[in-house]
Formats: sequence, structure tokens, C-alpha cells
Amino acid sequence: MSTTTPAVTTETTPAHAAKKAKPQLSEGARAERRLGFILIAPAVIVMIAVAGYPIVYAVYLSLQRYNLEFPQNKAFIGFANYGAVLSSPYWWQALWVTVIITVFSVSITLVLGMLLAFVLHRTLFGRGTVRTASLIPYGIVTVAAAYSWQYAWTPSQGYLSALFNNSAPLTSHVQAIIVIIIAEIWKTTPFMGLLLLAGLSLVPEDLQKAAKVDGATGWQRFTKITLPLMKPAILVALLFRTLDSFRIFDNIFILTAGNNGTGSVSILGYDNLFNALNLGIGSTISILIFICVAIIAVIYILGFGTAAPGSDIGKR
Amino acid sequence: MAVITPQRRVGWLTANFVVIALALIPVLWLVSLSLKTPTAILDPSFIPSQWTWGNYSGILTSAQFLRPLLNSIGIGVISTIIAVGLASMAAYAIARLRFPGKGVLIGMALLIAMFPLIALVTPLFTIERALGLFNTWPGLIIPYVAFGLPLGIYILSAFFREIPWELEKAAKVDGATPFQAFIRVIAPLAAPGMVTTAILVFLACWNDFILAISFTSTIASRTAPAAMEYFSGGSVFTVPTGPISAAAVVITIPIIIFVLFFQRRIVAGLTSGAVKG
Repeated sequence: MSTTTPAVTTETTPAHAAKKAKPQLSEGARAERRLGFILIAPAVIVMIAVAGYPIVYAVYLSLQRYNLEFPQNKAFIGFANYGAVLSSPYWWQALWVTVIITVFSVSITLVLGMLLAFVLHRTLFGRGTVRTASLIPYGIVTVAAAYSWQYAWTPSQGYLSALFNNSAPLTSHVQAIIVIIIAEIWKTTPFMGLLLLAGLSLVPEDLQKAAKVDGATGWQRFTKITLPLMKPAILVALLFRTLDSFRIFDNIFILTAGNNGTGSVSILGYDNLFNALNLGIGSTISILIFICVAIIAVIYILGFGTAAPGSDIGKR
Repeated sequence: MAVITPQRRVGWLTANFVVIALALIPVLWLVSLSLKTPTAILDPSFIPSQWTWGNYSGILTSAQFLRPLLNSIGIGVISTIIAVGLASMAAYAIARLRFPGKGVLIGMALLIAMFPLIALVTPLFTIERALGLFNTWPGLIIPYVAFGLPLGIYILSAFFREIPWELEKAAKVDGATPFQAFIRVIAPLAAPGMVTTAILVFLACWNDFILAISFTSTIASRTAPAAMEYFSGGSVFTVPTGPISAAAVVITIPIIIFVLFFQRRIVAGLTSGAVKG
């Protein structure tokens, strides 16, 4: 899915942008403004049409009783759908599964991504080969990889199942969630590793050497120098991985289809739309997921402080 | 630089080997499955005991896979071209021009980049059915463009900030309008950033599953990842493991080609702006 990495550092503002806008715009400035609006207009229109308007429409749908099987029963029912979803054990089960998958996959990915970043940064030979190989899990279609994991854990067919006593983990609740987490980790560690590598390459070599001369151990150098300097890169990587992981869908859909209580909130929303054909409840779930994501983002951005994504671009 | 002792050499070789093995084993497993005969599939060994090209010839002669593959390529390419075009314009404005509302634009793009796609599936499904876009190419292209835009705007505005803008001024002094300066001078300089963006946007479209299964109902517009689960085995009792694995390998080939040829660009694109010092 779309994973992007906004700028987090505050650069020195170019001279032309530092100039205060004059109260009366010159002809040139007005032309510049006009061109600016013309250039961003198509992008803004598409984004509003595909994301902005539907989310407003989803709020409206979430306040309706609206099932495609009984369209004549459509009626405004206020917050009744929210009451129904929030008092349903299915919602809390799905939310719990999603949170567990997110917490474990993101934290393990952070550790493995850090190790991968160190290998990519420090390895003496074959750096390009290692980098190329590690980009394959990043680029591969999630569904294709999910089939590979599914077949690997199929009893009497899969190599991993054979390795673990012909087990069938995808048919049990906890084990299936573990397999889903492994699939997520495999797919997303390279992205985490590359973001951390970019942060790692900013840590000055001299500082490391000086600390070494002063007798700091490798671990001390890592916790006292490397980690603090990498904090912005780590926060950006964590934010993107957390939000991405929270909307997990593809891996679960292929691996378990949400059976045995392994469905995430996205799977629940999908099932409500396409199996129950209930637009009202489906939209309510959509809005609740959106609120969860907003809460996660706000928590992280408070953690970012001034280094929030886009803050430096916004100033220009 | 520290002296390279034999132990260090062995240590790094091992580390490299572990990374490469972990990255490739699941892919090699798909390749192995795709080459196994239906009997060999029941044997969990990594090396097929009996080989066949049958799975490939099967899917590559079936409209159930060829049509979705064509859809994937067509929808991916068209979405990428539109998204990169629109994102370049917006990124140029963000990097270069003074106008109010920039912060709002950035915030909006960030919001969409983080959007849980499922939250849009229900309303978009309803809207697409009303507009007759359901199960058509534009029905997927339009959302793909919208979700490619934030990615494109970020990467391109980071790239555009690196461009030597004096050239643009020179062009303006020579009498070019801002628009001409953009097309004649800046666009060629921005081409590498645009290639990087195009690759990442295309990969995102190629990878999509949730929108593809939600907004399509037949092979007229279903993309390859969404089509795989509709494959059928030799009989109703056979799971089509071989054909699905072969299809998974086929849709992985373009990714391997991108990674081999554009490794540097992909890394630069992913990390652009993340940690500029």
C-alpha cells in the first residue's frame, strides 16, 4: 500500500521563501499564486473526490439503517449503528486481533529492521546484492507472498509444516495469528530497514570513533549516540508501519479469511459490506477504523513534536 | 577503517547469507510449487520430485489469468502516468511557488496516505455502482490515482528541492513563462525523480488487493492478484496450488526486474525526505 516518507527535519529556509508576503501583491506574485492554484487543482480535486467526499458520505451512511437486501427499509436512525457495533463482541474481537498483530509485528519489525540496517550499512562485501535481495519482500505482491506462507504451512505439503511435526497452525486461533504476524514481518522488515538505514547513515563516523577512543562499548555507543541521533527516522518509520499494519487485510484474507477469530477490523468491514450487504453497519465500522487511525496518528505526532511529517514543507 | 580479520569476513558473509536466504526462501518456495506436478505437490520437499511446466502453460493459455494480467498492466500503467503527471504539477507548486493553503494540501495528502482503505471501500462501492464505474477500468484507475498522489507529491517535492533552480530563473530572464520554464527546463532535470515515483506508484497499484476485489466482479476488470483466488483445480476436490503458485511467480517477475534494474532509485525514493540533514 502507499507508504511514503515525509520530511522530518527542518531545513534552512531558502532566501526567497523567507521574504514576508507583501500586503499588496505585485502582478508577478499574483501570477505565481494563480499558477500555484492551477498546478495543485487537479491533484486536490481527485483527492477530494476519491477520499474526502466518500468519508463524508460514509458518515451519512453510518447514520442510516441501510441494507442492500432490504433497500426499502432505509431510514435515518441516528447513532443506533454505532451502538450496535460498539456493543458487538465481533467488533472488539477484531479490534483486539488488529491491535495484537500491529503491536507484535511493528515492534519485531523495528528490531529486525535495525539489524538489517546495520548489515546494509556495515557489511564489507556484496552490499548491492543484499540490498537488492531485501527489496524483494518489499516489492512482492502481498497476496503472492501470502499464498507462499499458506502453502508452506499446509500439512503434508508445506516445508514449514513438515519442519514443525506436520502441524496445521492456520486452523488454530493463536497459531494462525502468529503465522499472520510472521508474514507481516517478512513483508515489511525491508521497508523499515531502509528507512532506518537512511537514518543510520546520518550518524557521524567521527562521533563513533571518539566514543570508542573514550572506551565506550558497542552497546553504549548504540544507545547513547546512534539511537538518539536516529530518533526522527525511527519515529517516521514507526508511524508509517503502525498505520499500515493497523489496516492489515491482504495477508489475513488469503491466510485464514478471518476464520478462527483471526479477522482484523478491515476484514470485519469487508465482510459486513460484501457478505451481509449492510451499508449502514459497514460504514459505521469504516468510521470507527478511521477514528482509531486518527488516534494513533495524533499520539505519534505529539511524540514527534516539531518534527511532525510535512511541518517543514508546510512552512515553505 | 579497521583491519578486516578472517573472523570479521566470515561474520559478515554469514550475516549477508542469512539476509538473502530469509528474503528469498518464500519466493523460491513459490517457484518450487509452480514447477511441481500435482503428485509432487503432496511432497513437502523444497526440490520438486517431479517437474512440469504444466502450471505455467495452463494459466498462460487461460483467459481467467491472461485477461486479469492485462487488466493489471493496463490499469497500473494508466494510473501511474496520471498520478505522476498530477503529482509533478502539485509538487512543483509546493517546492517553488508562493501561494496560500500549502499546509492544507500537505496535511490532506498525509491524511490520505495514512487512510485505512477499508474505510473508503463501503462509500466508494456505493458511489461507483451509482455512477456505473463498478467493474470497469476507470473504477480502479480513479482510486489508484488518488492514493498514488500523496506518495508522488512527497517524493517529487523532495526531489524538486534538489534541482538547481538558477536554471529556471535563467530561462525566465530569457523570456520563458513560468509554465514554459517548467516544461522545458525543470521537467528534464526532474525526470529521475519522476521515474522513481512512477516505479513506486506502479508497485502500489500492482500490489493492491482490497480495492481490486471490492470494485470488480468479472475478469473484465479484475486484476491479477484478485483473480488468483478464483482459479479452479483439476476437479472440485483439488486445491489449485500449482496454478496459483505459477500465477504468483508470474506477477512477481516484474517486481524482480524493477528491483534488479532500479535498486538505487527505489531506495532513494523510499527514503527521500525521511532524513534529509
